[in-house]
Amino acid sequence: MNFDFNILSIVTFAPIIGALIIATIPVDSEIAKRNVRNVTLFTTVITFILSIGIWLGFDNSQAGFQMVEKYDWIGGFMSYHMGVDGISILFVLLTTFLMPFCILASWTTIESRIKEYMIAFLILETFMIGVFVSLDMMLFYIFFEAGLIPMFLIIGVWGGKRRVYASYKFFLYTLLGSVLMLLAMMAMYWHAGTTDIPTLLETKFPADMQFWLWLAFFASFAVKMPMWPVHTWLPDAHVEAPTAGSVILAGVLLKMGGYGFLRFSLPMFPLASADMAPYVYTLSIIAIIYTSLVALAQEDIKKLIAYSSVAHMGYVTLGIFTANIYGVQGAIYQMLSHGLISGALFLCVGVVYDRMHTREIKAYGGLVNRMPKYAVVFLLLTMANVGLPGTSGFVGEFLILLGAFQENTWLAFFATSGVILSAVYALYLYRRVVFGALEKESLKSILDITTREKILLYPLIILVVFFGVYPTPVFEVTNASVEALVNNYQAAINAVGEVAKPAAH
Amino acid sequence: MYHAIVFLPLLGFLTAGLFASTLGSKACEYITTGFLMISAVLSWVAFFSVGFGSGEPQIIQVLDWLNVGDLTANWSFRIDTLTVVMLVVVNTVSSLVHLYSIGYMHHDPHRPRFFAYLSLFTFAMLMLVTSNNLLQMFFGWEGVGLASYLLIGFWFKKPSANKAAMKAFVVNRVGDFGFALGIFGIYILFGSIEFSTIFASVQGFADAEGGKEVLNFLGYSLDNHSAITIICLLLFMGAMGKSAQFLLHTWLPDAMEGPTPVSALIHAATMVTAGVFLVARMSPVFEYSQTALTVVTFVGALTAFFAATVGLVQNDIKRVIAYSTCSQLGYMFVALGVGAYGPAIFHLFTHAFFKALLFLGAGSVIHAVSDEQDMRRMGGLRKHIPKTYWSMMIGTIALTGVGIPFTYIGTAGFFSKDAIIESAYVGANSMSGFATGMLIVAALFTSFYSWRLIFMTFHGKPRASADVMGHIHESPNVMLIPLYVLAAGALFSGILFYTAFTGHEVSGHHEAWYNAFWKTALFSGEGNHILTDFHHVPTIIKLSPFIAMITGFAVAFWFYIINPGIPKELARQQPALYQFLLNKWYIDEIYDFLFVRPSMWLGRFLWKKGDGAVIDGLGPDGIAARVQGLSGLVVKLQSGFLYHYAFAMLIGIAALITWAMFGGAG
Repeated sequence: MNFDFNILSIVTFAPIIGALIIATIPVDSEIAKRNVRNVTLFTTVITFILSIGIWLGFDNSQAGFQMVEKYDWIGGFMSYHMGVDGISILFVLLTTFLMPFCILASWTTIESRIKEYMIAFLILETFMIGVFVSLDMMLFYIFFEAGLIPMFLIIGVWGGKRRVYASYKFFLYTLLGSVLMLLAMMAMYWHAGTTDIPTLLETKFPADMQFWLWLAFFASFAVKMPMWPVHTWLPDAHVEAPTAGSVILAGVLLKMGGYGFLRFSLPMFPLASADMAPYVYTLSIIAIIYTSLVALAQEDIKKLIAYSSVAHMGYVTLGIFTANIYGVQGAIYQMLSHGLISGALFLCVGVVYDRMHTREIKAYGGLVNRMPKYAVVFLLLTMANVGLPGTSGFVGEFLILLGAFQENTWLAFFATSGVILSAVYALYLYRRVVFGALEKESLKSILDITTREKILLYPLIILVVFFGVYPTPVFEVTNASVEALVNNYQAAINAVGEVAKPAAH
Repeated sequence: MYHAIVFLPLLGFLTAGLFASTLGSKACEYITTGFLMISAVLSWVAFFSVGFGSGEPQIIQVLDWLNVGDLTANWSFRIDTLTVVMLVVVNTVSSLVHLYSIGYMHHDPHRPRFFAYLSLFTFAMLMLVTSNNLLQMFFGWEGVGLASYLLIGFWFKKPSANKAAMKAFVVNRVGDFGFALGIFGIYILFGSIEFSTIFASVQGFADAEGGKEVLNFLGYSLDNHSAITIICLLLFMGAMGKSAQFLLHTWLPDAMEGPTPVSALIHAATMVTAGVFLVARMSPVFEYSQTALTVVTFVGALTAFFAATVGLVQNDIKRVIAYSTCSQLGYMFVALGVGAYGPAIFHLFTHAFFKALLFLGAGSVIHAVSDEQDMRRMGGLRKHIPKTYWSMMIGTIALTGVGIPFTYIGTAGFFSKDAIIESAYVGANSMSGFATGMLIVAALFTSFYSWRLIFMTFHGKPRASADVMGHIHESPNVMLIPLYVLAAGALFSGILFYTAFTGHEVSGHHEAWYNAFWKTALFSGEGNHILTDFHHVPTIIKLSPFIAMITGFAVAFWFYIINPGIPKELARQQPALYQFLLNKWYIDEIYDFLFVRPSMWLGRFLWKKGDGAVIDGLGPDGIAARVQGLSGLVVKLQSGFLYHYAFAMLIGIAALITWAMFGGAG
């Protein structure tokens, strides 16, 4: 296929066009509300279909950036530069794929200010895609930070009771990291004279400078991941966010941190990454064990899943910084798979929340008696969450742990123990919510999932199983880019080693 | 053909799982059972053509799975004698259990779900035994764990069943933790997790000069020999979890919460033997580590003894059989540990028949007495359900190993159990003496508790209420036919297959027949002469299982038929010992105290204090409090510093831990 037209820009800004159309619809009747919903859904579906074009046109054998668009901007200080490689392309697809689900999940639950809500989501989509396709540092920064605002609004306006506290916490944490990252980007510009990411990837920063840059970027990405101990915003944000907000938060926003590590930290500051890796490992291991234990004690379904997300992201950071092919491939796979699994899990919570308006674990019990289909879906997702082989959750976890074992057996030892803990908290949740006799009066008339909910959940669980059994389509795409990333990283480390050797004699 | 064997149960699962409402319960039962019957017949065909035919192991590729870097693990089947033996065991028992369940689950409203789970289990188990790499094995391994979880918790309204299901899954995960680390280790050592590659390179690897570090495990620098030992022990940890060996056995007795056919299929004949299968499959690697094999022998012997002691005093009919299973698995591990892989798998094979028979028989009893499981409320059932009685009798004589010493006449257990005890006696490792002693004592206990079960259930005066006794009825044919088939297996599988599985003397050597059957599926190292040696043990060792069996029977007869007051009197005289055994050596209580409660407490503590007081208190909430109290930019900045301070402090703690961990490890 020939991509003379700018497909990346089209996919990125298609949601904005949808948002503009919606802005013109006056919401004064039920019909108008329906129109808003339909237009939004249509926009996200079209965006997804367009994004498949990116995938079809993508050449798996190339490691570099493809479908590149580049125009000078702001007098040559920065450029409008876009492109995808094997690392970013699947995140674009994940984003466009999850969006229609978010819209459908909000179909009946959002009543007030529906127009603003849908506009916020569409703008958010543009920003998220923008993060993954930007090849200019400043452009990346703009998308990365701007994405905060619609999410902040979604939690703050359409959230639960403590939404103000949650959105404030979310904003405060993320902002702190961003400021530091901006400073680092300015330093990089002064050093290299450009904000162009492909050029910066070739630039070799001095070792001591790498250290400070790495720290500044780390502050931002660690909050986004989120890594322990800057994770406490996530459970609150999830609990207060509307279902669709949680889906997008867990599904896409959390992946920006991991993507940032792979795009900036590892390739641009390899020496600092190698030096700091042990500390990242430690934080990751603490995240895995600590948050798994905390998850065990939770009384709120959403909070439990949020903590389990932190634990899963612990695997991701661990995998990324092992900087070997298994760890990095595993981390990418884990991020994609977690996007599907946690997204679907939050949809599952949404299903019962919409019926009972509570997320207290105690309020449930014995759902299987009246909701057998729901029980099956929830079971499958629970099993995927604990990394049962045959689901996509296993593939990433296995590769990460293998990479960790190669790096240091202690890492694998502790990280693998998380596999036991995840089984404990996930099955404990399932037992309390789904199994047992149906004794609570309030649940006696609860209904099984509706057709709309089936449309939401079934495709996700089919993909979770498909990618667990046949992950090849993903690895084919990521392989060349990841290999290049790992080899360049190793080469940079080795180069320093060789310089250092004669000096030591 | 192999595709059909493996995928027909999957098809059955999908059919019963997805189309239950359209097809109806009856159709689901017949479809899943029918598919399993076909699989079982094909398995026997495969068994004879591979086991008694000739040829190299056959590898059948199915689909790509993981191909990352140098790692290759694809969906594929490895067909050799070990595989076909397992195919026969799994599919035969599974198809009979399917058939039996049509009768047993007759009243249950969730039958399609039950049959779907059974077929899912069978599929996962088949993936496990046919795998050509450790990863697919792990898939099957956890897959059977899932099916077991679902089936134990099948009656989801019972809180005890849900608890037991979760316990089974979690305890198995503890074992899987070791298994997973073992897989990583294998990959680091051999650069592959495919069996063919591992087996081809292990000899060269083990024979290479030692002393050089090939693996640094948890700070220990390991040369090639110790690395193999560690890897084997890690894999064995997985085996201990799945096969309910001492310390990881706690889930098995609780698993009896599931419907009885499930106990017969999963918790007696097939899934629990996966650990035995794993060690046998990895015999080319285990053979290079005497240390690991010694540990295997020790754990097996201890389990055989431990479980038998607990089995002596249990009152729940299913729990007695469960502990018996646990104990018999210990026998198999002892055989593996002394390098007698053939006898180990032979016992697995015969055990599948008689233990499934005992469980299904027990199910038939429970069915007859209106779901009562406590033997203290049974008794005198012999006249009422004679067919079940005689099936159980056959199971019991096979389990206790009735046979005529020094001849080739006897029940299944007579051949396989005696072969294990004799192997243990001639075993070369330092634990074999201990193991021999433990196994002979366990044989005595086995005989005692088996006959105790028979006498308490079928003999004496009825202890059930008149109402229950009035309703007693023999099970329908659909349940009895599986009993007959298994009874035939329990009686004859020993005589028929003894020479093939364990070897037959031809001009002073026993390997010829053994190798003709197993070919390259089981591996014995150069120093391993156990196959010849175990035929030449002193008469007293050959007689010892027989004596143990007779003694156990005599004591049980005296305790429960001649003078039924004795057991109670004994329990009164030895309260400490009785309570110790009745409470299963208090292991569940110890685990609860050591692991369960502390984890829950720690989780709460970290949440409230760690996340709540420390991180939030010093971070966002701290800032918020100050912003509200005072206002202005200066204060904001100051509290910003507070946040940084807290952050820096946590980083400092993390740095300290990192230094301790990685600095120490080098």
